[in-house]
Amino acid sequence: MNGVELAFVLLGAVAVGSGVLVVTTTRVVHAALWLAVSLGAVAGLFLLLTAELMAWVQVLIYVGAVVVLVLFALMLTRAPIGPVPGAPVARVVLAGAIAAATAAVLVGGGLTAMGSEEIDLEAIDVGTGRAIGAALFTAWVLPFEVLSVLLLAALVGAIVLSRGRGREDRS
Amino acid sequence: MRLAFPLVASALLFSLGVFGVLARRNAVLVLMSVELMLNGVNINLVAFDAWWADALHAGQVLTLFVITIAAAEVGVGLAIVLLVFRNRGTSDLDDLGLLDERTESVGESAEPEAAR
Repeated sequence: MNGVELAFVLLGAVAVGSGVLVVTTTRVVHAALWLAVSLGAVAGLFLLLTAELMAWVQVLIYVGAVVVLVLFALMLTRAPIGPVPGAPVARVVLAGAIAAATAAVLVGGGLTAMGSEEIDLEAIDVGTGRAIGAALFTAWVLPFEVLSVLLLAALVGAIVLSRGRGREDRS
Repeated sequence: MRLAFPLVASALLFSLGVFGVLARRNAVLVLMSVELMLNGVNINLVAFDAWWADALHAGQVLTLFVITIAAAEVGVGLAIVLLVFRNRGTSDLDDLGLLDERTESVGESAEPEAAR
């Protein structure tokens, strides 16, 4: 195991460990803060996989915007600060069994099919802003533009939803 | 670097998201678990982009698209959760039974309709 792999394992342990806390902690605000830790560690994993631009996008959009949005939503839905009662035990056991089966299938299948493959970090074109931008605005420009329209539609939809029912509601 | 490390990390994050979606009761926490699942997928996309040494960077561009769609999804999703909270006074998924066939939950949720 070389240095890059060691760093990957450590950051992956941080991501998965804080992910466990996200789905198990009984305090909802703590769950949101652990989500920020987990997503930040995933940004580190992107850096180790030479996806430089993706790491910064991850920090900006996920850690910066999505987690703040989630915290605001928790505040506006008056989520309790203290511990909340969890789901019924039977459901937690069932969910844990399904999640364990999913993990077994994904890890087993992935390792069987691809477990012996190597990523040659020396040979690949590092995903800098220049490289990703060149790919994005040549080969991927049509999906990129469609996606910008989708983002606009989602923004308008969110504003319309959160405005409430409009004038007749206020009178 | 061995491809097995990112594969295992992404599979574990995805399974944690599955557990959270199935076991959590608060709608905002369910949305957070969906984000965990999407991040597991993103690790896979970036890892296979690096493994393939793709000149078009298909994996990383798809990761960018997934992040954008996740931002749109969480924006609309949280707006819907806020609207449900404003109308029903709760964001607990077990109490939101309007489309459910159990009559007591239909009776509860019909009350704000009548008060309007």
